[in-house]
Amino acid sequence: MELSPLWISLKTALAATVIAFILGITAAKAMSSYRGRLKSVLDGFFILPLVLPPTVLGFLLLVLFGRHGPLGQLLALLGTTVIFSWSATVIAAAVVAFPLMYRTALGAFEQVDPDLLDAARTMGVPEITIFARITVPLAWPGIVAGTILAFARALGEFGATLMLAGNIPGRTQTIPLAIFFLVESGQRARAAVWVLVIITISLAAITGLQYWKNRQGLTLARIKEG
Amino acid sequence: MNLSVQIKKKFPGFQLDVSFNAPAGMLGLLGPSGSGKSMTLRCIAGLQKPDKGRISIGEQVLFDSEQGINLPPQWRKIGFLFQNYALFPHLTVTGNIAMGLRGLQEKEQKKIIRETLALVKLEALAKRYPHQLSGGQQQRVALARALAPRPRVLLLDEPFSALDNHLRGEMEQVLASLLSTFPGTAVFVTHKLDEAYRLCPELLVLENGRVNAVGPREAIFNNPPNLAAARMMGCQNLSKIRLHSDGTVEALDWGCLLHFPAERIKAEAGHVGIYGNHIRLGGKNDKINLMDCQVLEVTESPHHVTIKVKSVNGTWDNQGCITIDWPKEKWGQLCLPKDQLLKLSLPPERLFLTWD
Repeated sequence: MELSPLWISLKTALAATVIAFILGITAAKAMSSYRGRLKSVLDGFFILPLVLPPTVLGFLLLVLFGRHGPLGQLLALLGTTVIFSWSATVIAAAVVAFPLMYRTALGAFEQVDPDLLDAARTMGVPEITIFARITVPLAWPGIVAGTILAFARALGEFGATLMLAGNIPGRTQTIPLAIFFLVESGQRARAAVWVLVIITISLAAITGLQYWKNRQGLTLARIKEG
Repeated sequence: MNLSVQIKKKFPGFQLDVSFNAPAGMLGLLGPSGSGKSMTLRCIAGLQKPDKGRISIGEQVLFDSEQGINLPPQWRKIGFLFQNYALFPHLTVTGNIAMGLRGLQEKEQKKIIRETLALVKLEALAKRYPHQLSGGQQQRVALARALAPRPRVLLLDEPFSALDNHLRGEMEQVLASLLSTFPGTAVFVTHKLDEAYRLCPELLVLENGRVNAVGPREAIFNNPPNLAAARMMGCQNLSKIRLHSDGTVEALDWGCLLHFPAERIKAEAGHVGIYGNHIRLGGKNDKINLMDCQVLEVTESPHHVTIKVKSVNGTWDNQGCITIDWPKEKWGQLCLPKDQLLKLSLPPERLFLTWD
């Protein structure tokens, strides 16, 4: 059996998670201190990929990255294109994974008592250090949860990937795409194998997260008991 | 070094307009909740930006709306003690204190941490986490943490409000002894008169975002300049007055004529007041400032008795009531027969006049 969908899926999901992690945390950090009028509009914009149908995202990404799209033309100037390439699978997966990372991180940041940050400020601690040494450690469980959710979502991405990256075996064919085309061509047994594979990976990620959370809770409880 | 504050800040339905000068030493900021005490502290620390005004420590300007100066809290060197301590829950006691010493070399850091922990007598708990400490211990860590970076000004926002009563007295002493060696200005915010009076030689009374009274505690307590300050000082007995040309004062709510030392008459004063514990039982030799009163209600506390009375000539509303605080023994010895009037004497030297 051709294993390339597995490697492509894992590579894509990992790369997309890294991108969603960096952008999601940055956006969440910016939004947690932003008090402007556009807050709810921006928040809605960041959440949008979560609620839009993947085909709509795929369409919008095609418009952006297509030959006549603004980003497509920019990339053409650099002598490259992303459509129907492995990068396209990463972009599509990152876009759908981003809202989960952003929203979970924002929720976690907002849970941090603002007095703690103010206390650090009056002690002369620079903002960047406050973020790294106080906000992030205290929001860590939320950040980990967001990362795993983002990874699972990136792994399962289908619609936008198909539209932006196509179904090129060995290059852009991820497990979800392989399943779809195997079923379409009547090879249900082979599709079932991939189904099992993706269930296993997703389940491992989610239960791993639960296990880690429970252990964190236990350590905390142990510390509390003294 | 002198802390000088003149700030204005507008909120929906509330305006903060506070100015004062505080030399080194302890200043008590006293006011009911919602009077703008905490907001004033936050403005001084740089955690909130006033709309207008100026804040300076000695020669250094921290905030000046006209010159466009607004130093971030990190540069102000102002220690802040939060109501709920705001200890970093994921760091040990040492980690909490070290957070404010990050610019220093490790050796220097360790030395300061050791010194500060010794100061608050917490050496044994250096490796504990905040949730492993009692309320009083957490408070001491918060204090150590605020003092470690050697601030020029220390702001304390209702530091005892989260403590049990018996811990409060203990922490008050810890604070008093620590601050006796603190070289700068300490501003202590509270809504409790007792706390402020015990700890702070200088008081500032805030009401509704404005400064109502400022000065040495005895002066404000013995002679509150206005009604709000008198109430904040715990004076329950205040009556509207009419000043007579012969120097007597007619207490309208109490329905009696009061003699008053001429030098303490204030022009255009609107009220006369007396503290409940300054009211005496009228004796045979008393000729002036006597009042026949009917006892309405007696409430016993562990150490004293609160007697609510009404002057027979006074008005029949709340203002007409007089509240007396007497030690329990005194009330016990009195054995007042039921329905008999109580003859009270309001000593002239204990009465004060206030503006409205």
